[in-house]
Amino acid sequence: MGILLIHILNALLYASVLFLIAGGLSLIYGVMRIVNLAHGNLYAIGAYVTAWVVGQWLVGAPTVVLYLLIPAGALAAAATGAIIEPTLLRPFYTRAEEYQLLVTFGLLMILEDVVRFIWGPYPLSASVLWSELGSIAIGDALYPTYNLLVIAVGGLAAAFLWMFVYRTRFGVVLRAASQDMRMAAALGINVNRVYVQAFTLGCFMAGLGGAIIVPSQSAVLGMSVDALILAFIVVVIGGLGSLEGALVGALVVGVVREAGIALFPEIELALLYLIAATVLLVRPAGLFGRTA
Amino acid sequence: MTAALLSREGRSPVTVVASAATVVVLLAVLPYLLAPYQILLLTYGLVMAIAALGFNLLLGYTGLLSFGHSAFFGVGAYAVAFMVKYLDLTSMELFIVGAIVASALVTALFGLVCVRYTRIFFSILTLALSQVLWSLAFKFFWVTGGTDGLRVPTPTLLGVSIGAGQDKMTFLAHRYYYYVLVIFLAAVGVMWVIVHSPFGKALQAIRDNETRAEFVGVQVWHYRWIAFLISGVFTGLAGALWVPLNGLTTPDILLWTFSGEIVFFTVLGGFGTFAGPIVGAIVFNYLKTFAVGYTVYWQMFLGVVLVLLVLGLPTGIVGTAIRVWGKGRKAA
Repeated sequence: MGILLIHILNALLYASVLFLIAGGLSLIYGVMRIVNLAHGNLYAIGAYVTAWVVGQWLVGAPTVVLYLLIPAGALAAAATGAIIEPTLLRPFYTRAEEYQLLVTFGLLMILEDVVRFIWGPYPLSASVLWSELGSIAIGDALYPTYNLLVIAVGGLAAAFLWMFVYRTRFGVVLRAASQDMRMAAALGINVNRVYVQAFTLGCFMAGLGGAIIVPSQSAVLGMSVDALILAFIVVVIGGLGSLEGALVGALVVGVVREAGIALFPEIELALLYLIAATVLLVRPAGLFGRTA
Repeated sequence: MTAALLSREGRSPVTVVASAATVVVLLAVLPYLLAPYQILLLTYGLVMAIAALGFNLLLGYTGLLSFGHSAFFGVGAYAVAFMVKYLDLTSMELFIVGAIVASALVTALFGLVCVRYTRIFFSILTLALSQVLWSLAFKFFWVTGGTDGLRVPTPTLLGVSIGAGQDKMTFLAHRYYYYVLVIFLAAVGVMWVIVHSPFGKALQAIRDNETRAEFVGVQVWHYRWIAFLISGVFTGLAGALWVPLNGLTTPDILLWTFSGEIVFFTVLGGFGTFAGPIVGAIVFNYLKTFAVGYTVYWQMFLGVVLVLLVLGLPTGIVGTAIRVWGKGRKAA
């Protein structure tokens, strides 16, 4: 029983982080119709910044302060997004999709090396936050308490985002702009501002994903591409542009990964891609997507 | 290189033939003019150019952006490696046949699934399927060697093996170069015929207006599938030719970032032209080799090049050259 519970918790842990990454990706696509291939890099930036602040810059500071500084990575990712959107992406909204994919692919290559340039090729760790919380007994097994915190943050982020999009004025504007950009602009909405806000929010989510997971793993080069691939699977299953879809997709991927690692490690990744391909075949727009 | 060879519509047939002949002669005498290392780079470039030719049949002529062509390149490469490992073969001709058969099978299967979609869904579906192969190559290490990859020794060309004591570098930069060059020229010829055939025209009609193409009686789905198949086989052939050069095949060539490189050099050369992808592949290969040798931050360098390219020169090297050439002639 305890083992099963731990598997479920692990699945939820994957799902929380994946939802943050894929939810951001999906939000950006939903509003701006851009698939950002560099999205995984914003997740990596979140992880690196938090690991650097906690593990190097302020090492030895009171632990409470360090816990409060976890969102630093998310803010850094948001700031990066706020710079990228107006300068690099804005010229591409009126151009063919190929060019949009290519410019974000170029951005992926650039950001990958920016991280290497700033923090070097070695992994960065913030494990003090992870070990500080110790572990709790679940059945006859021990489970790291920090992981529970991550799951809680993932759940809270989902709830907060839902409120934000469906219950605030900004959310209404956001949805209006994503439904029909021209009409929204005609009604006096500053679409450029909505775009930069949506992109920043999406990047913030990816950065938060990186920032909360880094204490239990570490920040390494290449984490961005791995994350992007998984986020892709999530949004393909759930539907590009749909937040509910990202949530369901993240849960599906989380459960399949956890079951796969325990039962069939060789084909775990292949199975995920096959699920994604099958969903695309049956419902091209994903489980919750709208056909464009 | 004159623009006549490069333009899609083509100028007079005489100029096309004359400039093509010049390029061929130049390629044929280069091993006597340049250092072996330079020829080796050029060989890599020609191999990538074959992949780009195939890729561009989809992007430039059919209007489908595949982000999964690494799969077909990898299938070609792994087909050769498996033939070495499990069948103890050494003949390059058999390798090529095996790679073509393997990539045709995989492409036909992938194509059945992928060509039902266009635009971003086509890109993502090709990406997802290619990553299935990557994860299989990555995880089934007892079959594929995992990240260690599979070694491929120097093959025999037309039954002749590398002489005892002969330097492998000299072999690759001379005999293997000519071998690749002949196949490259054949590939260019075949692709030229394909895109100028009624079939090629039908693909361009589909690219420009799918609905109208369908009304004229073009079976869109069927044509796209065949284009996908041809495209994948060209790329698989490139993969087979690439393995002996590299001496090793690893799952990296199946990763989607390599698909991104194929897209990159096609756009670098200009996907609106026949010669663009060829020029792009060769230039990209030099650019990457230079950047990798010059700095550890080569990815950033290539990324900046790509961003500037799509911002400033979306028609690529060849497209821009044609425009400049055309303006120059009008002014004269």
